[in-house]
Amino acid sequence: MTEPLLRVENLQIDFQTEASLVHAVRGVSFDIMPGQTVALVGESGSGKSVTALSVLKLLPAVATYPAGSIWFKGQDLLAASDQQIRAVRGNAISMIFQEPMSSLNPLHSVGKQVSEALILHRGMSKAAARLRAIELLEEVGIPDPKSRLDDFPHLLSGGQRQRVMIAMALANEPELLIADEPTTAIDVTVQAQVLALLRELQKKRGMAILFITHDLGIVRKMAAVTHVMTHGEIVEHGPTAELFANPQHPYTRKLLAAEPKGEPPTTDLYAEPVVTAEHLKVWFPIKRGLLRRTVGHIKAVDDVSITVRRGETLGVVGESGSGKTTLGRALLRLIESEGRIAYLGKDIDKLSWGGMRPLRKDMQIVFQDPYGSLSPRMSIAEIIAEGLAVHMPTLTVAQRDERVVQALREVGLEPNDRNRYPHEFSGGQRQRVAIARAMVLEPRFLVLDEPTSALDVSVQAQVVDLLRALQKKRSLTYLFISHDLRVVRALANEVMVMQGGKVVEYGPARDIFAAPRTAYTRALMAAAFEVEAVSEVGR
Amino acid sequence: MHVAALRLGSPPLAFAPADAARSAPLLSPINRRRLKVFEANKRGVWSLWIFLVLLVVTMASEFVANDRPLLASYKGELLFPVVVDYPETKFGGFFAETSYRDPFIADEISANGWMLWPPIRYSYRTVDEALSVPVPSAPSWLQSAEVRCGLFSAGVDDPNCNLGNYHWLGTDDQGRDVLARLFYGFRISVLFGLILSVLSSAIGITVGAMQGFFGGWVDLIGQRFLEIYGAIPQLYLLLIISSVIAPSFWVLLGILLLFSWTSLVGIVRAEFLRARNLEYVAAARALGLSSLTIMVRHLLPNATVATLTFAPFIVAGSVTTLTALDFIGFGLPAGSPSLGDLLSQGKEYLFAPWLAITSFLTIASILVLLVFIGEAVRDAFDPRKTFAVRL
Repeated sequence: MTEPLLRVENLQIDFQTEASLVHAVRGVSFDIMPGQTVALVGESGSGKSVTALSVLKLLPAVATYPAGSIWFKGQDLLAASDQQIRAVRGNAISMIFQEPMSSLNPLHSVGKQVSEALILHRGMSKAAARLRAIELLEEVGIPDPKSRLDDFPHLLSGGQRQRVMIAMALANEPELLIADEPTTAIDVTVQAQVLALLRELQKKRGMAILFITHDLGIVRKMAAVTHVMTHGEIVEHGPTAELFANPQHPYTRKLLAAEPKGEPPTTDLYAEPVVTAEHLKVWFPIKRGLLRRTVGHIKAVDDVSITVRRGETLGVVGESGSGKTTLGRALLRLIESEGRIAYLGKDIDKLSWGGMRPLRKDMQIVFQDPYGSLSPRMSIAEIIAEGLAVHMPTLTVAQRDERVVQALREVGLEPNDRNRYPHEFSGGQRQRVAIARAMVLEPRFLVLDEPTSALDVSVQAQVVDLLRALQKKRSLTYLFISHDLRVVRALANEVMVMQGGKVVEYGPARDIFAAPRTAYTRALMAAAFEVEAVSEVGR
Repeated sequence: MHVAALRLGSPPLAFAPADAARSAPLLSPINRRRLKVFEANKRGVWSLWIFLVLLVVTMASEFVANDRPLLASYKGELLFPVVVDYPETKFGGFFAETSYRDPFIADEISANGWMLWPPIRYSYRTVDEALSVPVPSAPSWLQSAEVRCGLFSAGVDDPNCNLGNYHWLGTDDQGRDVLARLFYGFRISVLFGLILSVLSSAIGITVGAMQGFFGGWVDLIGQRFLEIYGAIPQLYLLLIISSVIAPSFWVLLGILLLFSWTSLVGIVRAEFLRARNLEYVAAARALGLSSLTIMVRHLLPNATVATLTFAPFIVAGSVTTLTALDFIGFGLPAGSPSLGDLLSQGKEYLFAPWLAITSFLTIASILVLLVFIGEAVRDAFDPRKTFAVRL
């Protein structure tokens, strides 16, 4: 039996807050063998990231360690001095973070950031470090690394930035790589590439990986051993295949069952079209020079025609930058666009801001980020009632409040909580509030802009169920924007796939899911459903 | 609205009986947290209280330092000389205005009733006629009783040679009581600073808000204008303007306002530029709210943090500017009780250190108090401090 590379024993982490002591991690133990991939899975707030950060003692000063030890090659990292820890950081153990945008310093060139660790830990000369940096960038699959070396991070795409992060982490040939949600912030097709890269590098170098994620699909692809965390405790662990095939703990079962399910509405070609758009274009001019002449356009939405019929859902699918959000906002006339937009047969694309106001009641939107879309300074009741004051000014204060209560009940929230502020609610509850804000105006057409992307999987399924129930009850019409085909499959009866502002594929959901015609759609499908395909073969 | 919310918690709506609708608290949670952080900064809290006490006391300067009695009884009639102007003829004199310090009037009233004086019997413009030494004269407690009471008719035994007629901090070059002038000077400086700050904040926020919200050409033109405007050497222009227009309190305020309003524009503009792309602002637009409503309800609160954080420093800056103008003689009209004037006298009469020391200490304490308050306010609005203990 070989010695484990990293052994975490009964780790406890507390956070001292003003009011109380929060036990973020309560007695977590796990081992990582050399060359092994171990996954910590859990939803937000489960303590998985805190555990990972504690390995390199990267937690803020308010964190205390009442018990436990972290053994790395015979050294207790928790007891190590700052100097000893610094020798380990980025050297024997390195880390990649979730957000490639903010993890790279925008003021330094890529090459400088990669070679920094080499100069620091290896004492390499600048020239030698530069050569090694080129090798590393080549290894992580950056095309033409020599010329990319002096580029600044903003010139790279999200996937490339994450690759640079990996190159930095690998610079000193670590024995353990801690990957904290390395693919959450990047597009699904790129996600698959980054994961493949990690697997390949691991095989080549024989390093161990501690993988932190909330995405069960990734875990199934990557990890040999999985630990399921909730509320600061590991509730279940075991070899990944076994754990997925035969989950014991109710929480694991809940996570596995949390995939959105259910049937979308049926297509009725004779239903009245609610929103129609013909040859819709949203072009943002690129202006250059002293006189700000327009030298070109960014074609965010380029010649898109859609029809959404009453009671049905059009799913708009695409990766970031594909123009799907812009399309949703253009349909609601929140941004300028060209081309005909009709609502219930009436042209609205020429209406002024004031002319649109009466229609705003009928056409509402729910945004992606439930933390950003609610004003932190207003209570839930004020947020929901805000639109009522504009569109139903004749309501008395009492009637308005009654509507707020109704709306809250409809989305499954406790009406007594309506005088609380958004920060007192969880992400899922906040998204319900955002839905209630739209619903209270009794709209007919609702743009749902990634309403589930920021939520934990188990909450996602609940929000999907809520949306479907509301649609049925009020025969609502949805434009559902998402990058997640699993959610789209559960909600949309028609699907439009967008890439670079153009429509790639548009038709009944069933047909597209059964036989995707373009390579792009197939890639999206693979990213979303590959996991299931693999596991079905495995059985 | 919240009252109504409570009333609605009646049976038809079938609330859970245990927990009736919680009414919204007076302060939103984030503000309660900020207040806590502010209170935790003891130095700031103490400074605020000291400043408030000084402000309240000096607001009532007329009742603390005045050459008129607070109350007087004359031939059975109760008089309020502080608030009412009685002609001197009432007491057997000749002038339209009564000089209560005049021994003749004082004796007349004392013979037929009594007078209740404020603690300091000088106003900011009262010239002490009873000084037996050349001005500026030293604080009374440094002088011997003979010198102090030299010109009173009965000398040391004169009833008027009392603590009320003391010059606690000496007199200035015209024989006016320094302490009395200090009270009035503090008041005028701080009032000037506060009014200037409020007005320049109001203008600055409006301009910044328009620039940030509408962006595009409005922003472009606004920014270029501010850049050019900001390059004008303010002090020289202030000197030129105030030498052309006779400066009064309000004229001076207007002149300084010409330049001080720009200080907040940049911050507010940046906040609005940032916040107009927030999702909850987009949501408000999707609800069909008007631009004005969105600006006031959703964007302004974001800018308030930046504005409030700067407020104490802007007040301090305004006080300094006024003092500087007074110091070089282009400030408030001659004879006004101003700290800058006192400071320049201190510079002129180095042999009378009570002038320089007093004015220096006063100005320094005002600024120190304001900066301490400002630091505490800044802490309170610092998200890193407000949420420091959260992860």
